[in-house]
This record gives sequence, C-alpha cells and structure tokens, in this order.
Amino acid sequence: MQGNEACAEGAFYAGCRFFAGYPITPSTEVMEIAAARLPKMGGVFIQMEDEIASISAIIGGSLGGQKSMTATSGPGFSLMQEGLGFACMAEVPCVIVNVMRSGPSTGFPTGPSQSDVMQARWGTHGDHPAIVLTPASVQELFYETVRAFNLSEQYRMPVILLYDEIVGHMREAITIPAPGEVEVIDRARPSCAPHEYKPYDTYHGDVAPLAAYGDGYRFHVTGLYHGADGFPTNNTKLIEETGQRLLRKVDNNRDKICKNEELYLDDAEIGIFAYGVSAKSAKFAVKELRKKGIKAGLLRPMTIWPFPENAVEELSKQVKTIIVPEMNLGQIVYEVERVAQGRCEVKGVLRADTEPIKPAQIIESITGNGFFTASSKMSELMVDRDMLDG
Amino acid sequence: MSTQTEETRPLAKKKKKVPFNYSPYVRGGKLPHIWCPGCGHGIVLKSLLRAIQLSGLSQDDIAMVSGIGCSSRTPGYVDFNTLHTLHGRALAYATGVKLARPKLKVIVTTGDGDALAIGGNHFIHACRRNLDMVVMVYNNSIYGMTSGQSSPTTPQGTTSTTGRYGSIEPTFDTCKLAQAAGATFVARGTAYHFQELEKVLHEAIMHKGTAVIDIIDACPTYYGRFNKYKTPTEMMEKIEKEGTVSVKQAEKMSPQELEGKLLRGIIHKSDRPEYLDEYNRLLERVQKK
Repeated sequence: MQGNEACAEGAFYAGCRFFAGYPITPSTEVMEIAAARLPKMGGVFIQMEDEIASISAIIGGSLGGQKSMTATSGPGFSLMQEGLGFACMAEVPCVIVNVMRSGPSTGFPTGPSQSDVMQARWGTHGDHPAIVLTPASVQELFYETVRAFNLSEQYRMPVILLYDEIVGHMREAITIPAPGEVEVIDRARPSCAPHEYKPYDTYHGDVAPLAAYGDGYRFHVTGLYHGADGFPTNNTKLIEETGQRLLRKVDNNRDKICKNEELYLDDAEIGIFAYGVSAKSAKFAVKELRKKGIKAGLLRPMTIWPFPENAVEELSKQVKTIIVPEMNLGQIVYEVERVAQGRCEVKGVLRADTEPIKPAQIIESITGNGFFTASSKMSELMVDRDMLDG
Repeated sequence: MSTQTEETRPLAKKKKKVPFNYSPYVRGGKLPHIWCPGCGHGIVLKSLLRAIQLSGLSQDDIAMVSGIGCSSRTPGYVDFNTLHTLHGRALAYATGVKLARPKLKVIVTTGDGDALAIGGNHFIHACRRNLDMVVMVYNNSIYGMTSGQSSPTTPQGTTSTTGRYGSIEPTFDTCKLAQAAGATFVARGTAYHFQELEKVLHEAIMHKGTAVIDIIDACPTYYGRFNKYKTPTEMMEKIEKEGTVSVKQAEKMSPQELEGKLLRGIIHKSDRPEYLDEYNRLLERVQKK
C-alpha cells in the first residue's frame, strides 16, 4: 500500500467521514482515495474550488459534527494558513495533511522536501498552538493518522500530518488493525441543558465539550477573540487569558503529545536528530557507524511540534555533537541549537535539491571524507534498498 | 415553534395585525448592534426574522453563517446555530455545515465585498453546485467596516477612500452573476421595500437549491457622506426607491426608462437538481454495488 493510501485508511479508521480537498501533487492520492471510499461508507466527499475553500469546508463539517480532513502540498498549505488560524482560535478539531514538496512558490512539485516544518508551526498569524506529526513509514503513517484525529478531538484543535513525497509515494505492506484494536478518541460532547451550554467554558479544564450544530445546542463560533460563551470580546484580560489557554492546551500536555523513537542512545556520543524520511537514512547511518566503532545514536521525533525539548535537552547533555539531517536549507537545526544552548555542537546536514539525504552524507559529516572505503561505497548503494523495505 | 420542515410546508399567508415578537430570535444581552444610525442592515434583519417565522422553521434547524464585515456581524445577534468565519469564506464554511448536517437550513449573510471580491470564487462555485442554502448579499456598494473603500458593486464614477477621483471600475450585477453561475433562485430586494423583501426572503427559504438575494442597502456613514447624500432618508429614496423597479413594473417600461435601474423581486427561478439530492443518489448507486 502507498503512503498516501495508508493515510486515507488511517483517517477512515479514526472515524473521518468528511473530506474536502483540492488536487495538488504529491498529496492528490489521499483525496482520490477519499473520493472512492467515502461514498461507499456513507460519508461526504467534495472537491472544492481551492484550498481555502477546502479547509473552510472541513471546519464547517467538523462543527456539523463530523470528523473532517483535507490533504494538500506546499502552495496549497500556504493558502490554508488563514483557515488553520481560524480552527486554532475557534477550537475546531480537524486534520490537515501536508505532503511536503520543495518551494517557495510552485517549487518542484514531484520531488520530496522537508521545508514546511517552520510553516507548519508558524504559518498562520498570531500566537497559536500547533500539533504536527511526522511519520516516516507507510505503516506508521496509518497509526499516526489515527493519532492525529485522536489528538485533534482531544484538544479541540487542528492537527497537521507532515510528511514528504517519499513517504507519501512509498509502497510497503501494512497491516490494518481490526476495529477496536487501536484506540479512537471522540471529542467530548456537552451533557448540560442546551440553554446552559457555553462552547468555551473552562469550568472543567482547558478544553470545553463541543456540541454539533443541529443538536439543539445553539451556539456562536467566531474567529474573533471571544469569551466562554463564544461571543466577541474587547476585554483585554479575557483576550490574554484565551491566548494563554490555547497555548496551555498543548504545553501542559507535551509529554502525552510528544512521541519519539530512540536507537542506540544509551551510550551514544554522537546524536542524530532526524524526522520523516531523513530518519530512515539516519537509522542506516547509525548502524553503519556502530559497525565502525563510532558510538552514534538516533533520536527520531514522530511529533515535531510541540518540539520535543526534553528529549533534545537530555541528548545535548550526553553527546558531543548532534547532527540534524533535513531536506531543507536549515529549519529544525536551529530549534535543536536553541534547546542545546551550547552544551554540545549542533551540525546540520542539509540538502534541498529534491534528492533524499543519503546515509553516506550523514556518515561523512561525522567522520570526514577520509572515512570511505570500498565497502562504504557499497553501503551507499544499499541505502536505497533499505529505504524501500523500511 | 413549529418543527415542520420547509419541504412540507407551503408558502404561508401572513396573519394580519398581530404584533411581531422578535424577542425569541434575538440573543439576550447582545444588542445594541454595531450598525450605524441610518444603516439598513437592521431593517433587513427584521425582514429576515419575519420570513423565518413565516416559514415555520425551528431555531434549532437554522444555521447562520457569515464572513467578515458589517453584514457579517448578523449571526452574533440571533439565536440560531451561528458561525462568523473569515473574510470571503462564508460560503465555503456553509457548504461544510450543510453537507455535514443536511437537516439544517443554512442562511448566509454576506456583504458585497465579502461575497463578490475576496469571496468571488466561492460565490460562483456555490451557485454552480446548487447546494440548498440562502445567500443574502447585503449590498451597500462599499466596504463599511474598513471605513469606505470601493467594492465590486461601487457604481462607476462614485467616490470612496480608494476611489478618490471617482471609481473607474465597472460594477458587478450580483443577480446576473448568480444566474450565470447557476443559482436556481435569484432575487433582489431593498431595505426600503422591507415588506417585499420579507416575501422574497420567505420564498428563498422555501426554495430548494442555492437562493441568492441581492439586497440593496445604503451606507450613510461612508458611501453617503463621500457621495453627498444629505440624509440617510435621501439616500434610501434615491438609491433604493428610485434606483430600482419591480419586475412587474419593468414589463411596462421601455429600455430607455429602465436604464440605470436595478430590477427588484424574483428575477430568476429554475428547477435543477439540488446538490445533496444528487449526492444522495450517488450514495445509493455506489452502495448498491
């Protein structure tokens, strides 16, 4: 099964029955599969006139009570930013898939890239929370899509699935779990009397239950700063409090939201911090380095936002160097530098020519050019095979 | 409040001389509204609430969606399921709400700038789909909330803060645009002819498919001030009363007499499959296989 297909399947498993989208490479297959499968499940599929309309429609769909999703790439993701901000402000659960391609602008549509990580965090204006997941294989894409829906329902906010073209178009055999095998979380619904309902009431915590339009709870939703009742406010104290609460929803639950994979980290002297497809190369590189007696280890975040600060901090205390391979001209490497605070060296291994970062490039950054022997060249070739079988 | 749906209920006749009770429809504590003295938006809202009452719809079965601007503040004042969205995007949000909850009657309140400039693309495609909803374009020919810039319906030659020397751009005719894009119910009303507007809105609510109503309204604070209208009343009379003719009157008028006047009333009505009906047929078809 292809990555994009696994993403759509994960969404259906999680209970997504509403998809609105606009075609764009390399994300289009997610939409095409939704178009084929949703009508059979009695769900809603609609092709909208553009990406702005797509995210708007899924927010409307979510307020109508359906778990909703859209999928896009680079320029389409840029267009969705305003709607993303609305979903943050109005606290509407939804999932946005961004299969990254290189940019800015039309860029290179058919090649992979990891250059939207900062846009995924800060693309929309204003202070706002962000949950961004970075799966690295087809099977993981399935599980992480389910998790994206769960997090979005749990914290009442948009969640972004961020992966690159290689993960999206990679084919791997996957197992789709039986219904009930993987936990599926639904948003909390109000149980109070309709006239008592306040859509942003924080009485029970930072996340209020969300009614659906048409369920008898008549409520107001706006993109303006609002009070507990959902109506616009000019009250400066309330505006500050709402802003803080939005951030707090994620900050206070960092440990529950963050998810990392660790490889050979126990005794590592050199740490590699890699996400998405670059982590596949990094994994291979770590194994190769270990064979050469170099104590390298991998920290792979499956949640890139909120940034896994604790894990990176620990790593920075332990190792001499953290290598950050990414397919852009420097984005997450600065975040690692920020957290490391000079405790160790931080080195980016960057590439933005739409070719994946190969293990050899990572190994070279650690050992220098003299490292390569004939067998190492072999390993460079083996990389591509490794990528295929995960 | 009756829970009868619009499909089963015929156009009802209004009862005479019973004072209309607006209070069930208005949210306690949310008034006064932000509209300026002399603005017609309040009159339009009254006509809408009366039309809703006439249609027998329950407040729980109505979703009101708006974009950004003066007109788009309407949902905050009324006690329905309400959604105040982004500039220009009301119709896309409304599409999502309607598809997720087909039982809701979706009413969109939007302005000329919101619907036809930034939201132009959504407007034509909403008309093309013919999804069941009412689209009320509060048309005062200017951007009110941002204090008086030209909009796509600002008449050529008139003044605004971004058309200081007289706008040179041709204007959109909302109704022609809606009809050409495929809306199956197209009408025009004015805040001046509020009783007529109530009837038109009632019919729009009863219509199944996309119903677009261009509502000529006047903005005395900006448009009026810039274009030398002395009072809101003068503006209403010049723009809404003298600037429009009913479809019936127009039949007896020559092209010369009609020049510069906008048609008022139901301009176009056609019978074309509604989007959700089509979608449900599709579901039936694919689920059989």
